[in-house]
Amino acid sequence: MGWSSSSASVLSGSDPRTAAIEIRGLSKVYAGSRGVRAVDGIDLEVREGEVFGLLGPNGAGKTTTVGMCTTQVRPTLGKVLVGGIDVVMDPALVKRRIGMVTQFNTLDRSCTAYENLYFHCRFFGMSRRESRERSGQLLEDFKLTGRAGATPYELSGGMAQRLQVARAIAHRPKVLFLDEPTAGLDPQSRIALWEIVRQMREKEGLTVLLTTYYIEEADQLCERVAIIDHGKILVCDTPSNLKKGLKAGTVVELRLEGESEGLPDALDGLAGVLSAEPMEEGVRVFASHSGGLLPRIVETAQGYGLRDISVTDPTLETVFIDLTGRDLRE
Amino acid sequence: MSETSISTSSAPLENSGRWALYARAFGGLVLRDTRVLLREFVPFIMRTIVQPLLFVFVFTYLFPKIGQGFSGGPGGSNFATILVPGLVAVSILFQGITGVASPLALELGATREIEDRVMAPLPVAAVAIEKVVFSAVQSVIAAFAAFPLIYFIPATPVSVNVHSWPLLVEVVLLASLTAGSLGLILGTIIKPQQIGILFGILVTPLIFLGCVYYPWATLDSVRWVQIIALLNPLVYMSEGLRAALTPEIPHMPEWAFLGALFVLLVVLTVIGVRNFVRRVVS
Repeated sequence: MGWSSSSASVLSGSDPRTAAIEIRGLSKVYAGSRGVRAVDGIDLEVREGEVFGLLGPNGAGKTTTVGMCTTQVRPTLGKVLVGGIDVVMDPALVKRRIGMVTQFNTLDRSCTAYENLYFHCRFFGMSRRESRERSGQLLEDFKLTGRAGATPYELSGGMAQRLQVARAIAHRPKVLFLDEPTAGLDPQSRIALWEIVRQMREKEGLTVLLTTYYIEEADQLCERVAIIDHGKILVCDTPSNLKKGLKAGTVVELRLEGESEGLPDALDGLAGVLSAEPMEEGVRVFASHSGGLLPRIVETAQGYGLRDISVTDPTLETVFIDLTGRDLRE
Repeated sequence: MSETSISTSSAPLENSGRWALYARAFGGLVLRDTRVLLREFVPFIMRTIVQPLLFVFVFTYLFPKIGQGFSGGPGGSNFATILVPGLVAVSILFQGITGVASPLALELGATREIEDRVMAPLPVAAVAIEKVVFSAVQSVIAAFAAFPLIYFIPATPVSVNVHSWPLLVEVVLLASLTAGSLGLILGTIIKPQQIGILFGILVTPLIFLGCVYYPWATLDSVRWVQIIALLNPLVYMSEGLRAALTPEIPHMPEWAFLGALFVLLVVLTVIGVRNFVRRVVS
């Protein structure tokens, strides 16, 4: 693997911003699941005001990590500090500083959209008047004023998720946790939510920790991304550095009619090819560049029933494949 | 969304500040429950009074009119008088189960809508305690709603006389809180789809064997039932109300039902809170 910098050296870089979230040696073993380590000794530091992405496949440990940061999962080992406060020692105080949105609709079904916001404000000690004003303002900001009196059953998926984000920031937290917030949303609502996250970050200086398995989401939204798999952080850097860290400048995917046996070795021998590995129904080739190489690749693969060929720039998905040998969605 | 908070202090709160934070959050939870209760007030009262209403109507109004029924009970008291404390106790218990167990099973299970309240800035256990306390308020309302029906409908005169108001208040509060804590345990154990079964296999036996329709003392002719009945929280609620409302009917001694209700309240609350915390913090 061609990683020029470890995550530790990136963390100790020259950025003067202080840590909003500090995760040290964090592990979670769920009892009864044959000692499966859902999270296995991770260290992370999320800086104040940054949008930080935790990217990984399902079951990688993203939700458990967020659960531990938000006091809902007790760490087996290690420590999480949010704004310097230990989440295990003082969960109530941590809750005042954080907001959380998951992919599930946890809106209070017995209350209207407005009441979901209003009572949330009251939970956090705001006065009646302040709660009323804040709720009204949030409904307006999130374009939900027309649905103030609607129950959660009457809201579309996108509206419900906007309301959940509004609720999560109603008490003006410092850190917002978004756990796969756009899972199950239609593309339009997803893009709208990204826009909201960007605005909140700009206007309120909110720190955002976002988990996702959407490459695009991590790429477009996050200043830094940590890739997580099997409960471990594999790398952590800005999306562009992660992509630069790949020696490959081009990824060529070959789809074959027949078996690929022998082809990766043959392709490996070509000048300009960094590595070639089998994938489902074909071979994936990492190349330093594509100029002049493509005809030779096609020629080599001809005997294997080449059916389709695609050439792309590396993405965070490429980074993940390079690290784990698997697709993010496998 | 334009306001940026300026406080960046992460210093721990002073103790007084911390309790104020918890108290305001707790108050917020009560407010939310009050709003929901008021919106559903008519259905709430309906489900509270239908059962005692029918019971009193059939057994103490219709039966005497059509020449059926139960003649005098022990001490020359009539069946209507025996029923008064029993049916008030049932209203209290029933409320604890319908008011806490059913909604909690849903909120913890299918919808996870308890999450926003669990994320409020107070200890998670306090969220469970609030459920018990608010349920007790509903139970007290239920008891007051049921009482007039039970008192005025019977065709035969009902003899209620309260010797000791403090005892009545004590019994109603203890019974209401105990019913809430039982609701909390059930709500944390059962799945939403099991709510129907809950009423069939638990609530009905509790009521029929809860000394609602007969004083506990009269069970001495069927000793084993009398002993098994001691496991039923409703027995102590019925007997306590019997002592407070209709003292001329034989009832358990004060120390027995007060002590039992108190122990039940503590044990059920501890188990219920522990279950609740386990359901929301893994």
